[in-house]
Amino acid sequence: MRHEVRFSGYGGQGIILSAVILGRAAALYDDKYAVQTQVYGPEARGGASMGQVVIDDAQILYPEVTDPDIYVIMSQQGFEKYGVRAREDAAMLLDADLVRSRPICRYCEVPATAEAKGPLGREIVANIVMIGALSTATGVVSREAIERAVLDSVPKGTENLNIKALKRGFELGERACNL
Amino acid sequence: MSRVEFMQGNVACAEGALAAGCRFFGGYPITPSTEIAETMARRLPKAGGVFISMEDELASIAAVIGAAWTGVRAMTATSGPGFSLMMENIGYAAMTETPCVIVNIQRGGPSTGQPTRAAQGDMLQCRFGSHGDYSIIAITPNSVQEMFDLTVKAFDLADRFRVPTFLMADEIVGHMRERVTIPDTVEITRSGPLAGGSLPFEAGDDGVPGFAPFGTGRSVHVTGLTHDERGYPDTTDPEAHDKLVRRLVAKVESARREIADYEITNPDAETVFVTYGPPSRTVEQVMRDRPDESIGHLRLRVVWPFPEFALQEFRNARVFLMPELNMGQMVREVQRHVDQPVISIAKIGGELHTPAELVRALEAHR
Repeated sequence: MRHEVRFSGYGGQGIILSAVILGRAAALYDDKYAVQTQVYGPEARGGASMGQVVIDDAQILYPEVTDPDIYVIMSQQGFEKYGVRAREDAAMLLDADLVRSRPICRYCEVPATAEAKGPLGREIVANIVMIGALSTATGVVSREAIERAVLDSVPKGTENLNIKALKRGFELGERACNL
Repeated sequence: MSRVEFMQGNVACAEGALAAGCRFFGGYPITPSTEIAETMARRLPKAGGVFISMEDELASIAAVIGAAWTGVRAMTATSGPGFSLMMENIGYAAMTETPCVIVNIQRGGPSTGQPTRAAQGDMLQCRFGSHGDYSIIAITPNSVQEMFDLTVKAFDLADRFRVPTFLMADEIVGHMRERVTIPDTVEITRSGPLAGGSLPFEAGDDGVPGFAPFGTGRSVHVTGLTHDERGYPDTTDPEAHDKLVRRLVAKVESARREIADYEITNPDAETVFVTYGPPSRTVEQVMRDRPDESIGHLRLRVVWPFPEFALQEFRNARVFLMPELNMGQMVREVQRHVDQPVISIAKIGGELHTPAELVRALEAHR
């Protein structure tokens, strides 16, 4: 089955990296096909940033995302630019402290930035909390695959922090989300 | 052995170049090709090669031509505005029969246009952009794997025919990430050496002279002026010019079948899509979603020299549809080779044709 996942937030949160990690997890460790694309443009710096991934059991021919069924939204501007048109049967994870609006589709509030700043001690891992929650809330990617992809993608010396953040995300996705 | 990675197309292009033995890159970074230069800058010095960040694209292609004449595989990568600046020396590379690879990650033009958006607007420029008569080879990948594989192929073709060879990619395949398999080694074929008794520009039956780069013991004079088989200028004799330039064109055009690389689906179809690059993936999607043997597809991996014989394989074709990310460029080449109507499905603005758009076109024209 084809899934189209769209990530949006502001430049600097690691939105694009989140999309790359998800694509890598699906394509290399879940034995699926994945294509990752993103919006390039000067407005992405500090403004709304967007990355997306197509995941499918079959080879992906048309590579673009046209109508996502899964959204991960980490800023109000990101919601307004890339999330507000989510179709009714889509599912959305949003960072409750950074996004004021709520979509018409099913959604789940994940306090990723609060968790990252507070218990985890580093705001920079908020995106990793979010992709952990994405894994358990939607099942679009397995825990094992996303964990290996995170380890492939983060700088040496930060593995423990990132895996802790990911596991916190697994818990939040399981407990807080009912998509 | 090989490794499997989740990689960006531009990085896969650079990996393909390194695997093919490319050891010189001269370039001037430009969106959306920059990751190729970045990767080569990191990797080439460790591989015993040379990366030079040149002052502009005129110098970039000049440095590549110079490097190729030392016997190394050499390349540059650019996009629209830089490609335009390279045109004069691309003709010099064609005239001097310098094997080199030029990557164009096409973006929206004219001028600086849409730096971060995709286009296929330079398909005629790569064939005809420099002055005078000449011929080149141009290749069009549609996936990250092909960014690797076809970059390797570009180097082999450049060497085999001693001709500038173009990887005409675009922002879509340049920036997307997909799974790619990178072999530890790839088989490569270099230029044939210049035989002992042959003059430096004396060709055999295939029209391609053996190559004696500088430092290999032969005295070779290299000039963009019309020259004889010794390489010495002979600029007023009509026969000398006719003989040289006809050979430069014929060595590529007469090898169209050897160079051709295309895929045919449903050769008995009545309605036939002709594509190259990313629009081929939209067509493949449409054909998977609605299986129908009356719809065919010719997907070109090599667009120049144009393999007109591939069109003849669709014996029952009643109409050809050609989706391109430009206002209709290669469609002219198709039109001049077939009697059936050829419909251009032209799209500009930076986005790939959607499956729904091509279904609408199918319904309107079949």
